[in-house]
Amino acid sequence: MPFLSILTALPVVGAILVALTARNPRFARILALAFSLAALALTITLALHFDRTSVALQFQERHAWNPALSIEYRLAIDGLGLLMLLLSAIVVPIGIAASWHVEDRASLYFALVLLLQSCLFGAFTALNFIHWFTFWELSIIPAFFLIKLWGGPRRTAAATQFLVYTMVGSIAMLLSFIAIFIATHSFDFIELAHLTQTDQLMPSVVSTFGTHRFLTQHLALLIFAGAFLGFAVKVPLIPFHTWLPSAYSEAPSGTTAILTGAMSKMGIYGFLRVLLPIFWPQMQTILTPLLWLAVATIVLSAYSALAQTDLKRIFAYSSINHLGYCLLAIFAAAKFIGGDTSLTPEKYAAINGAMLQSFNHGLTAATIFWFIALLEKRSGGLRNLHDFGGLRKVAPVFTGLMGIALFSSLGLPGLNGFIGEFLIFKGSFPLVTWATSLSAIGLMITAIFILGILQKVFSGPLHEKWTAFPDLTTGERLALAPAIALLFVFGLYPQILIALFDTTTMQLVNQLKF
Amino acid sequence: MLAWTIYISFLAALLLLLLPKNNAAAARLLALLAAIAGFAVALTAFIHHRTGELLTIARIPWIPSLGIEYHLAADGISLCLVLLTGIVAIAGILFSWNIQHRTKEFFAFYLLLIGSVYGVFLSYDLFLLFVFYEIVIIPKYFLIAIWGSTRKEYGAMKLALYSFVGSAMVLVGLIAAYVASGLHTMSLTGLAQAHFSQHFQLMAFPLVFVGFAILAGLWPFHTWAPTGHVAAPTVASMLLAGVVMKLGAYGCLRIAMTLFPLGLSPWGFHILGFGSWRDVFAILAIIGIVYGASVALVQKDFKFVIGYSSVSHMGFILLGLMTLNQIGLSGAIIQMVSHGILAGLLFATVGRMVYDRTHTRDLKTLGPMNLNKAIPFAAITFVIAGMASMGLPGFSGFVAELMILIGAWRTFPILALCVGLGILIGIVYVWRAMQKAFFAEPTHTSTVAHHEANGHHASEALPPITLPERLGAILLIATSVTIGIYPQILLKLIVPAFNSPLFDGIRRGSWQ
Amino acid sequence: MTYTHLLRLALPEVIIVITSVIVLGVDLFILRGSTIKARFTAASLIATLGCAAAIFDLVYAPQQAILLNGVFLSTPLINTVQIILLALSILTLLLSSESTFTDHVGEFVTLILFATIGMMFLVATQDLLILFLSLELLSLSLYILTAFNKHSPRSSEAALKYFLFGAMSAAFLLFGFSLFYGLANSTSFTQIAAAIQASPLNPLVIIAIVTTLVGFGFKVAAVPFHFWAPDVYQAAPIPAATLIASSSKVASFFIFFEFMAIALNGTSGAASWHPFASGLHFAAGWTPVLALIAAASMILGNLVAIRQTSVRRLLAYSAIAHAGYMLLAIVAHTPQSLSALVYYVTTYALTTIGAFAIVGVVEQQTSSDDLSSFNGLSRRAPILSACLFVFMLSLAGIPPLAGFFGKFFLFVAVVSTPGLVWLVILAIAGSAVSLFYYLQVLKRAYVTNPDDDTPFRTPPFTQLIIVLLAASVILFGCVPNLLIH
Repeated sequence: MPFLSILTALPVVGAILVALTARNPRFARILALAFSLAALALTITLALHFDRTSVALQFQERHAWNPALSIEYRLAIDGLGLLMLLLSAIVVPIGIAASWHVEDRASLYFALVLLLQSCLFGAFTALNFIHWFTFWELSIIPAFFLIKLWGGPRRTAAATQFLVYTMVGSIAMLLSFIAIFIATHSFDFIELAHLTQTDQLMPSVVSTFGTHRFLTQHLALLIFAGAFLGFAVKVPLIPFHTWLPSAYSEAPSGTTAILTGAMSKMGIYGFLRVLLPIFWPQMQTILTPLLWLAVATIVLSAYSALAQTDLKRIFAYSSINHLGYCLLAIFAAAKFIGGDTSLTPEKYAAINGAMLQSFNHGLTAATIFWFIALLEKRSGGLRNLHDFGGLRKVAPVFTGLMGIALFSSLGLPGLNGFIGEFLIFKGSFPLVTWATSLSAIGLMITAIFILGILQKVFSGPLHEKWTAFPDLTTGERLALAPAIALLFVFGLYPQILIALFDTTTMQLVNQLKF
Repeated sequence: MLAWTIYISFLAALLLLLLPKNNAAAARLLALLAAIAGFAVALTAFIHHRTGELLTIARIPWIPSLGIEYHLAADGISLCLVLLTGIVAIAGILFSWNIQHRTKEFFAFYLLLIGSVYGVFLSYDLFLLFVFYEIVIIPKYFLIAIWGSTRKEYGAMKLALYSFVGSAMVLVGLIAAYVASGLHTMSLTGLAQAHFSQHFQLMAFPLVFVGFAILAGLWPFHTWAPTGHVAAPTVASMLLAGVVMKLGAYGCLRIAMTLFPLGLSPWGFHILGFGSWRDVFAILAIIGIVYGASVALVQKDFKFVIGYSSVSHMGFILLGLMTLNQIGLSGAIIQMVSHGILAGLLFATVGRMVYDRTHTRDLKTLGPMNLNKAIPFAAITFVIAGMASMGLPGFSGFVAELMILIGAWRTFPILALCVGLGILIGIVYVWRAMQKAFFAEPTHTSTVAHHEANGHHASEALPPITLPERLGAILLIATSVTIGIYPQILLKLIVPAFNSPLFDGIRRGSWQ
Repeated sequence: MTYTHLLRLALPEVIIVITSVIVLGVDLFILRGSTIKARFTAASLIATLGCAAAIFDLVYAPQQAILLNGVFLSTPLINTVQIILLALSILTLLLSSESTFTDHVGEFVTLILFATIGMMFLVATQDLLILFLSLELLSLSLYILTAFNKHSPRSSEAALKYFLFGAMSAAFLLFGFSLFYGLANSTSFTQIAAAIQASPLNPLVIIAIVTTLVGFGFKVAAVPFHFWAPDVYQAAPIPAATLIASSSKVASFFIFFEFMAIALNGTSGAASWHPFASGLHFAAGWTPVLALIAAASMILGNLVAIRQTSVRRLLAYSAIAHAGYMLLAIVAHTPQSLSALVYYVTTYALTTIGAFAIVGVVEQQTSSDDLSSFNGLSRRAPILSACLFVFMLSLAGIPPLAGFFGKFFLFVAVVSTPGLVWLVILAIAGSAVSLFYYLQVLKRAYVTNPDDDTPFRTPPFTQLIIVLLAASVILFGCVPNLLIH
């Protein structure tokens, strides 16, 4: 059975059904939720049938597609792919739930959400560059329209900025891969990684283009830079991040949940699937600048979050911050360690941490944006820190549950956010001590602004406007319960997740030459 | 069999003229039937012809004293373009369903144009090809001059003269080749093996290439295109961008490059960094790509945006031709088909769906009409067409641009970076036009409620999208998606065609 | 050689002479009291029959002879050209059968026939004397025909202009001829050729060549000897203008070619671009001069035509441009270019007759030949405007019409002569420009809305002839083999 194709096609079918049949918003969202839950069920089934001990690619589908360009239809997952599938499958229902109040052209809205999910599934399973790139690019379209049509007051500028940034990155990446294709006649990620491992990739690129006016020694870096730009924009890495705060804050909160929960993970996935296995020699060459970028991302974004008062902007910057840790770990893992085998487990820990962090951040951030959506619904769209105060008194359940999510984001032990960050710091510190130490500043600032939120929104004197602030309804509590439960489950038993991608990480680390 | 594409169109054009007056319904039905019949013939041939090798359809002496033959044939390239013509022809008629003014003359000119286009793509005798090529100019002129809008007579005349000047250059080249070969034949296959001297080819190549490239919108000879497109009625723009510009590109490949491959060889010296005609035309093509896109970025008239986008996209085709490798050349052919379909769709959306309803093409005026709610089908069509045209994967435009980029990377690596810039600007102008025309924000000065009322009013005033429009849009979108998802459908015909002896000269040319 | 034999050889010409006498007689004695229309019909019918009989004789009893060292020839080529001339005359006659502008019907038709006789002798000779005599017969008839519309002062003015220029050109021609005679002691082309071959280019020969070129240049309306043409085309009665624009062109170009190619072959020089432009290795002769004349005609004719608002003047300037193209064939003077020239001039003549016939009808209906009187022609007279479409595009050289093939053959023939590519490039560029003004006419007919919507009352017979002409233009275009021998 072509499970992965079915998984990718399922949301598309859902989207078409929702767009064509749903005449009222209620029906549209229920149908959409049903499809996203079906996709979740299918993903869980896949996870149960996934052979954790094998390093081989699983559920592989492979057909000739365009022989002239040696493009194949090649789908498969390893632990990394499975992790991302699971994340997308969990985050999209959250996003749909957080968008429950959308009434304006609801069928189109939910159809776009399902399309976005399909693109995510496609991108996390495709192993051929062109095939993957198709989904990577197509995912921009539903995201764009979700921001553009249902966003806040400055949605047009935000959507356009999002589009242009992402497209610049995409085209740079495309040009790089075309250059690689010309040299190697392959678009296949696995084959390219193999070529890198056997030291053939860049020499053949250089020998193909060496006759031209390029400086040979810079050619490999140039190609790397193109591919890097594409992913760096998506994650994002400072200074390629400026699209993100406005996009996240202008998008409807349900959409933001998906954008930060799953779509930004496409960038992390790209770093792990593409950049690290294929371009690690180049990453080693310019490791110091890359680390500076990661540190800047972590620290500056945390500072920016501190300076914001809009809840959505705060968590937009906080997202940048959290993913910055992943990048720190990935760059650290790329470090040349000169045969010092004692450091191998550290690399392994760092990569595991990065994977775990990206999953948990997705889950936590999506949940937080869900809470923000609920908050906005109650406040009539207000979400500035100074608009609130003392909500604890009128809405204790709301405060409690959102507090859990916030603490998870802060990285409190016992909640899911902790273990990933811990592994990252544990792994990175011996490898790149100075960068890791500097990054720790980010942790502290995060703690400050999260606590600030708790204080300003939930404690203090109750703002008289909010005396009638309704607490969570029973329905909302029931809906939120699984998400909150997951925060605890993955916090207490991270092994559930680690077991999925452990072998994949080992293989990945082994690919990196020392 | 395939020759009937030509005959059916011409016969139907003649029949249309004999129809009783003022029977618009019968006229458009007849035209539609003729277009469908032509398409069916083309499709049958497309399906049956698997190898992409040369398929001779008819070959009889025509003017024996000059060695001119009536020689129709098709290889994979011709077949793809014939199929494109068939599709665009049907869609064009569906989108001109609302023509009321002199209907039967309109469709008569239309089918005359279509028939000649088929003729060009199927001719393997250069004289015959030229005959068809010239016939195209006349209906084009009248379609624009009679049924056009903004400055139609100026646009039509400019277009006709540019085309005619171009074909005059081609004629000089053809006569020179005919006389210089001394073979007493006008057959493409015959002249392709004539072994003209390098000196001769270096002179003849630019002449013929530019002659054809004028019609293909080569910068800086493109200026007819935007004015022509804007002046033309919707369906003429569709044909113009959809197939007529392709005639130019086709001529560049089929005649200029096939007959004079040595014309692309280096001159032996450099001027300003240009070492051969190939460099020159590649640079011009890239300037066209970037320039067309940049100019499209600042247009106020919706149709000008699409008009300049055609210039940009045609630049890709010419660049693909100049790569001289199989991937780039195949990409150029796919781009011809792809752009034919997408430009058709874009012009149909702008001209038929929007302009015919709102009677304005000013992006500022269109904005407040809230068209995404008033005519959502048009908005969706434009979004899809725009995405396809800016080269989003999954659509035909991506395959074509990818292959051209690969080809260009191989031969002109630095220039390929400029192409990347062109693609980027392409994305921005499509997006800008889409936002301004369909998804404009309410202005801040007036209240939202007021604007919603306005939008509501406008949506009531605009007539809904008709069935023929829907069918036409779906046909074109489906074609683009099919090619985008499974480009092999065209490539399996194109690739063998480039292996034929006809392209020996190009294949041998490894001058880089 | 007996007179019977001579008469037998010249039987076609004799038939026309007899016909003209009959026409005069019938008109004078029998139809005196009838309406002008009836008289025109009868006269042109008789004349047509006479021409048809002459064609019949040429087709079914062709003769082969060269008399008196080229004084009178009868070869298949000449017979063909004569058939063409007669056919063109028939068309002119038929189209004039509906005219009403004069009551001297017999004289008018007779003059057309006289002109035809002049042309027939003109093409059938290779002797200066006969050449001059028949040319004068032709010219004098045309002068009178031009002036025939006595109600129109412009017609008389144009005729006077035509006559004065014509007389001067005749004087030039005669002067040149006399020099040639002095040189060769003979009026025969071949003798002159031999004499020129023997002596190099001396001033005397140069003067003779120049004056002859001037004379012929007037006849074919090449720049800078074209001044009479626009006025005559504009003011002459339609049948006269038709005759001047069509069959007289055929005859003049044919004999011009023959004279240059046969008599002056030894002094042709070369008109290749490089020596011509730089002066190095320049081979003097008449071809460089003629090349300049041709180039000037093409450029000036096409450019000035753009500015015209009178369709007749437009056709006149287009005729000048076409004369330029046709002169290229003479510059090349190869057998191939002769057949190209004959094809070209024939199809050109057919097209022009058709165009003038339509102008005639339009003039009759709107009493003006201004461009604006063509407004909305496609709705007032759909069939006529369809024919106009064909004629104009053929003149512009759009395939698959005869005009295109004419140009193509001509250009191929000229390019085959080394060094003349620059002239062909100029010609093709010129024809690209020409599309502009031909399209102006068609734009009026098809695009512009009519000022008044009343349908034209086209005489059915005229319409039939015009349709036949258009059909023949298409036919000769699609199947050019019909004319190429």
